[in-house]
Amino acid sequence: MPRKEIELPYRVEHLSILNENGEVDKSLEPDIPESLLVKLYRAMVLSRKFDERMLILQRQGRIGTFAPIKGQEAQVGAVALLEPGDWLVPSFREMPAEVWRGKKLENVLLLYAGYNEGGRTPDDLNNLPVSIPVGTQTLHAVGLAYGIKYRKGKNVAMAFFGDGATSEGDFHEALNFASVFQVPAVFICQNNHWAISLPRARQSHSKTLAQKALAYDMPGLQVDGNDVLAVYAAAKEAVDRARAGGGPSFIESVTYRLSMHTTADDPKKYRREEEVEQWVRRDPIIRFEKYLLGRGLLSEESVAGIADEVQAEIKEAEERWTRMTEKPADPMEMFDHAYEELPPYLLEQKEQLRRELDAKQTEAN
Amino acid sequence: MAKMTMVQAINLALTQEMEKDDSVVVLGEDVGVDGGVFRVTDGLIGKFGPERVIDTPLAESGIAGISIGMAVYGLKPVCEMQFSGFDYLAFHQLESHAARLRWRSQGRFRVPMVMRAPYGGGVRALEHHSESREAYWAHTPGLKMVIPSSPRNARALLVSAIRDPDPVVFYEPKAVYRAFREEVPEAEETIPIGRSQLVREGRDVTLISYGATMHPVLEAASLLKERDGVEAEVVDLLTVSPLDDSLFTQSVKKTGRAVLVHEAPRSFGPGAEIVARLVEKSFLYLEAPIARVTGFDVIIPLYQREREYMPGTERILRAARETLSF
Repeated sequence: MPRKEIELPYRVEHLSILNENGEVDKSLEPDIPESLLVKLYRAMVLSRKFDERMLILQRQGRIGTFAPIKGQEAQVGAVALLEPGDWLVPSFREMPAEVWRGKKLENVLLLYAGYNEGGRTPDDLNNLPVSIPVGTQTLHAVGLAYGIKYRKGKNVAMAFFGDGATSEGDFHEALNFASVFQVPAVFICQNNHWAISLPRARQSHSKTLAQKALAYDMPGLQVDGNDVLAVYAAAKEAVDRARAGGGPSFIESVTYRLSMHTTADDPKKYRREEEVEQWVRRDPIIRFEKYLLGRGLLSEESVAGIADEVQAEIKEAEERWTRMTEKPADPMEMFDHAYEELPPYLLEQKEQLRRELDAKQTEAN
Repeated sequence: MAKMTMVQAINLALTQEMEKDDSVVVLGEDVGVDGGVFRVTDGLIGKFGPERVIDTPLAESGIAGISIGMAVYGLKPVCEMQFSGFDYLAFHQLESHAARLRWRSQGRFRVPMVMRAPYGGGVRALEHHSESREAYWAHTPGLKMVIPSSPRNARALLVSAIRDPDPVVFYEPKAVYRAFREEVPEAEETIPIGRSQLVREGRDVTLISYGATMHPVLEAASLLKERDGVEAEVVDLLTVSPLDDSLFTQSVKKTGRAVLVHEAPRSFGPGAEIVARLVEKSFLYLEAPIARVTGFDVIIPLYQREREYMPGTERILRAARETLSF
């Protein structure tokens, strides 16, 4: 009865393809169609500009609290692998992924302006709405993936969450269930280094978050999350494996939240500006732009053209949103979608609200 | 018709629904090979295989959370929490997601799942195995809370719960699991969710209850007739939420007197809501204050003292007589 080392075939890899100067490791460069590369770039620029615009709208009081995504735009590299029938299971910092997957900008604004209507996701795409309780949505991806496997489908469920979520029990339960059931789930941890005011090191003492996959016996990979090529390549491996029946994967995407957790906090209180400056130099959009310029897929003119285009797109969405919100939200709609059919006591409560609103109206006249 | 225990009747509902619809899947701790610790799911894995009768890892939040994903996908998961005393770990998934996904997605997604759990005292169990906390679920908009009281209505209600488009929490009174047998038809039978039943007609006082305490309530009603010549009307709620107040408010308009009985702690319990509805809708017909016979607002004691905690026949009789003699 010896005391010996158990040999496990485990290691943690880090994948980085595109450096800060826009140079690639040719041996790792994924084969992505040129049109898709430009589309990814455009989506990242749109997300950045839209996020910046949302911050202004929030400061003007036109929308409420939201979670800025600045710096995390390379997430679109992962959703680019999804087919319409695949499932996107986002947290609250996946606006770029949601927009890539067909969510209208005006709906994003509607949601954060306090209109339930903004929670509606496109009818032709399987996107779950934003989930706010941290890490809980990872389990939904496992249930969806179980359904796919049960119906012998070829789709996958891709869940996004942050580094803070890895401290939550649901994250561990999700990885465990996914591994036990060997379902086509892809877990993407957007390690943006800060869970509100706590740094990554105070969430987990593990050297990497990717290594958490090892405990659940699923492939785990750490990628440079500001490198859209690496995010794409890692997600492709995971999605292909899942579609082929190879079970779940876990990706730690190392990125950085350049802005605040939500518009309700001031990051200056808990983190140093020098740290932020380091990450500004690793901006995912700038390095991708350099790469595309180097490959001749973008020019100074087309960069300016895309910037103008997305600004116009944002402006138009904002105008549509403004028109949608010209009339005050109908309070009666708070009863909608509570149940498939409203039970009698809720019909009574709805009637009560209607009477109260009518009385208010009469008094006003 | 076969005479069945509640355990057998629930098993019948699961078997028949799984035969009819391959989107129905059963999952939970020990529900497969072991057939559940109360044997409710006995034999299902042999009939339907391990893909549909899923022995899960031991994690209540996980079981509820993946059931939500399955339900959104289009399956009809019936997940079992081994004891209601452990389902608080699943509370977050039900409150934050199951109950809200239809609303959050503006009707795009629905969560037709059932969470089953044995609840309640009276079986000389360990700590955490005897609580009656249905009010937690009933207080959650978007959820439905169903509690059967007998084998036959358990079967009919579970069939309805599985087919319901909304998430249903289905609490099974484990004191009733094997307490008696009842005729349960082989042919399909359903009871609409959100509808209570009149189980005994009377003119003098209305007794309102559900679940395990229906039995001392019915016994008390018989004794009132036998010993006092009092005709008690008895209402079985069956669904705690959405609460059907039409039957019991009508009944109290007739009798003028009400006693409500549940095992759950009194304060903020389902009885408080029933009293409120009676006051709102039958106030002018009341001849006496409404009495509540409930568990006390304490942690349910270990089994040497649980008889005194639970609303038994004597307590119900006493409350009914006080109400009648007011």
